[in-house]
Amino acid sequence: MSDISLAELCIFAASEAFRGNGEIIATGVGPIPRLGAGLAKLTHSPELMMTDGEAFLVEQPVPLGPRGYDDRKKAGHLPFSRFFDSAVWTGRRHAMVTPTQIDRFGQINLSRLGGTHQQPKTQMLGVRGFPGNTIYHPNSFFFPQHTTRVFVPGEVDMVSGVGYNPARRLPGGNYSGVDLRRVITNLCVIDFGARGDDGMPAMRVISLHPGVTFDAVQAATGFALQRLESLPETALPGAEDLAIIAGLDPHGIRAGVFKDNPPARPAVAQEQSA
Amino acid sequence: MKVTEGTLDKRMSAADIVAQLSSGMTLGIAGWGPRRKPMALVREILRSDLTDLTVVAYGGADVGMLCAAGKVKKLVFAFVSLDAIPLEPWFRKAREAGTIEVLELDEGMFQWGLKAAAFGLPFLPTRVGLGTDLAELGGLKTVNSPYADGETLIAMPALKLDAALIHVNRSDWRGNVQLFGPDTYYDEWFAKAAAKSFVSCEELVDRIEDHYPDDATAQTFERCFVTGVVEIPCGAHPSSMPPAYGWDSKAFKAYADAARDPGDWDVVKQRFVGANEADYLASFGGKEAVTALPLPIF
Repeated sequence: MSDISLAELCIFAASEAFRGNGEIIATGVGPIPRLGAGLAKLTHSPELMMTDGEAFLVEQPVPLGPRGYDDRKKAGHLPFSRFFDSAVWTGRRHAMVTPTQIDRFGQINLSRLGGTHQQPKTQMLGVRGFPGNTIYHPNSFFFPQHTTRVFVPGEVDMVSGVGYNPARRLPGGNYSGVDLRRVITNLCVIDFGARGDDGMPAMRVISLHPGVTFDAVQAATGFALQRLESLPETALPGAEDLAIIAGLDPHGIRAGVFKDNPPARPAVAQEQSA
Repeated sequence: MKVTEGTLDKRMSAADIVAQLSSGMTLGIAGWGPRRKPMALVREILRSDLTDLTVVAYGGADVGMLCAAGKVKKLVFAFVSLDAIPLEPWFRKAREAGTIEVLELDEGMFQWGLKAAAFGLPFLPTRVGLGTDLAELGGLKTVNSPYADGETLIAMPALKLDAALIHVNRSDWRGNVQLFGPDTYYDEWFAKAAAKSFVSCEELVDRIEDHYPDDATAQTFERCFVTGVVEIPCGAHPSSMPPAYGWDSKAFKAYADAARDPGDWDVVKQRFVGANEADYLASFGGKEAVTALPLPIF
């Protein structure tokens, strides 16, 4: 157990988010989400579909990092030129990504920070496909640094992804596709299984990583979190899972996700909750 | 050549193409981020005195350079990125200086707007944008379904382009294009959304049916959507043009680093634009070096 890293724990938790999703495109952006999607496909959910990160569907998830261009075996074709037709706007996708901010409504931001729309303090990517993703298909998030700068009080600086905010719902709009699933961080796993005072789905901590307390999670969050009354420890991957992860990440890119690549269970369990 | 074909000869020089553009125009630039960008035509604009452009693009260095050079009045975008360098540094500088107007859109809404323009429609309805800041910031209106469901939808306005620039793998004089590579993005919709489309190509032939008849299915838009054609091998550099070449990571890194140091486009413009296309290509090792650039792996 001591040789399981926090990164591997998060990959395993990410794979659980894709369990039983059916024949949909599983998109994991970034090493942890991508390895999570690959692990899910190679273990409990072979029905998942995924791309090589470019335009081809593959039945064998492609490993991370340098490899031969033609190493991947093409099972199908899903270019951007028909991505909205086939995957996004039909709801046949579940994406796990890392935005810059998230708020208590599950609204996310990756466009800009601070300033105004005309003159942002920090320009980031732009909203990309998030407005469409979040109104049409399931989404999950991974945050390597669970802090109040990420889990912000109030609302995110620019709402780039739809959440469960009643104040932003136009009468007559169809929000039935809004489906936020899991939030995985360096501290815990969260779902949207609680209800807020407004009756909308709300974030709920469902497991804590080894050595982490709920109070530590709450202190790192800019808004009040709900929780399971009895909080289990986040499950650890088994030997078979670890072997699959290693095969999908032959260059060890996962070791660079967290500073100093900490173990899943801290050597001194008190450190994180202090 | 038969006499009747004379009017179908759409060959132009890059300078002729830029001469057909004018300041204040709405210009679509095809490709996607660091991929399949008509960079040689963008460089020709950067060598011209065109200004006040409204640029509509899935942005990469095309947008960054035009912003840096002060050519952009307004940008219609969903992202601007070089992929391996996620945040386009020259675009970022322009945004943080507050010097450009923007219409920020979702990637899917963007292509929906091109399709509305292609079909001559004022708008196309979509759910995308509901529940986010896009509608209010972009002045996007809603429309109600006239049917029993009565659903409230965003009316994505047509993104009508005065001109579009597209880089393709092959064309003939008449504008019969062929596009290869794993993904041709929304190039066909840029062509159809524009009053005039100008195409640069890796390879130009006289009559494509005499050379590559077996590749006719690679024609993703028809020649009625092509106004002018110019052969510019390596014309997408430093962006990628599969299967001919990948993007030039070193060139992108140098370009991105220059946004910090010296941080002044006028100082580095010569390096990234060149006095002419031949000089530019030679400074990056010529056709031999560019066509040896490996295709990116994701």
